Amino acid sequence: MKKTTLLIAAFVVGITSAAWSQQKPAVDPAKVDAMVKKAFPGAPEDWAPRLSQDETMKVCSATGNSPPKAQADAIMKRERASIEYPADGKFVGDWKKGEALAQNGYGMRFTDYPPARATGGNCYACHQISAKELSYGTLGPSLQQYGKLRDFKEAEAKILYEKIYNSHATIPCSNMPRFGSNKILTIDQIKDAVALLMDPESPINK
Amino acid sequence: MQALFSMLIVAACAMFATANTVSAQDAETEKAIEKYRAMLREDPWSNPGLLDADRGEALWKTARGPSKASLEKCDLGKGPGIVDGAFAELPRYFDDAKQVMDVEARLLWCMEKLQGFTRADVVKRIHPGGGAPVKELGAIATWIANKSSGMKFAAKFDKPQEKEVVAVGDNLFHRRSGPFDFSCSTCHAAEGLRIRLQGLPFLENKEAAKKVVGEWPAYRVSSTHVMTMQHRMYDCYWQMRMPELEMGSDVSVALIAYLTKNAEGGEINAPGLKR
Repeated sequence: MKKTTLLIAAFVVGITSAAWSQQKPAVDPAKVDAMVKKAFPGAPEDWAPRLSQDETMKVCSATGNSPPKAQADAIMKRERASIEYPADGKFVGDWKKGEALAQNGYGMRFTDYPPARATGGNCYACHQISAKELSYGTLGPSLQQYGKLRDFKEAEAKILYEKIYNSHATIPCSNMPRFGSNKILTIDQIKDAVALLMDPESPINK
Repeated sequence: MQALFSMLIVAACAMFATANTVSAQDAETEKAIEKYRAMLREDPWSNPGLLDADRGEALWKTARGPSKASLEKCDLGKGPGIVDGAFAELPRYFDDAKQVMDVEARLLWCMEKLQGFTRADVVKRIHPGGGAPVKELGAIATWIANKSSGMKFAAKFDKPQEKEVVAVGDNLFHRRSGPFDFSCSTCHAAEGLRIRLQGLPFLENKEAAKKVVGEWPAYRVSSTHVMTMQHRMYDCYWQMRMPELEMGSDVSVALIAYLTKNAEGGEINAPGLKR
């Protein structure tokens, strides 16, 4: 009985939203771009790129972050090409600095301009990380025991570095910012974030 | 094998315990906030936002601006000077302005046309800083919204211009941009998600939108002032690392139209009260 009601409810909701999407007029992307350019006057000159979308943003926006295979492959290839690797070949930095980075939400807002200090990673905004920190977000997966679950393998540290540097290289249209490619964090900061998750001494692996 | 098995059990228990503590704590916090809200509902006059609504009413009736005129001839869509129920039917297309407008964009228009204010002057620093009261336009918008309190959102969105603006709002809601690649849907496209401990409404979902959209403008306890819907959009873009969104811009009106369309049939309860 309950199941039937649920099914009917799902069906009705489906119809309503389908009917609504059918009567939605098509939107001209150029028109939206022009509106956006007008809606944010007074932006600093070097902020102009924030008003337009690159190819990856365009595809992800247009496909509801579920691009068909050919487009997904193109994103992964393009984004991977933008990854720069540490000159010393080491992926694991200082986990203590990584924890501070994960807590720090400073940076890149118009109230942080011009920047007064280094930009944070703000990882706790979306992820559960250290068991001690109860104020964590749930937009991303929990990262507790991240390194331990991966046997602290060096190959995993590299994969993680790449994920933080440019998440789209692994998960096309990921919700996570492209911290390296978009110059939010430096290579050293990303190494510290990797250490927070991958260092056996990090409290998240205890 | 057995050792591995017991390790797994220990790990599972630990995870469960952590999750349990956290959800118990979250539930406690939610309960406390809900109790606070219930207390306020018991005494509907205890919302400080109502003082701003009163201020807004007085401002509406006061001759102001270079033209020394009041706003009493301002047409919010139901005819000049008609305020009761006007907010419930906004945003809408206005023939005189050849534009779809929400309550704040319309007030901006009336302040310009009836009172002789210059648009650029009004929109400059239009949103209050933390601790400062809502500005004049926002206070008037709060009063107008309050005059639709208890009614349901009933904007028609049947004119082609209105349909287009809602569709643009939908597009903007999903448009990723800025150095963090964020769109509105990065945070508001699923149920039960949080940033740190702050719950995020699932605004694409009509039931969820119906619950929250009607609470704006709202008195925000953390910043001790009324925040209008235009201010709310500005604040979201701030968090998305975008530049300052202009009040009354096509982008903010389109997003508000999209949210209002999603909240269609939801009850207006303005000014609401937020964290």
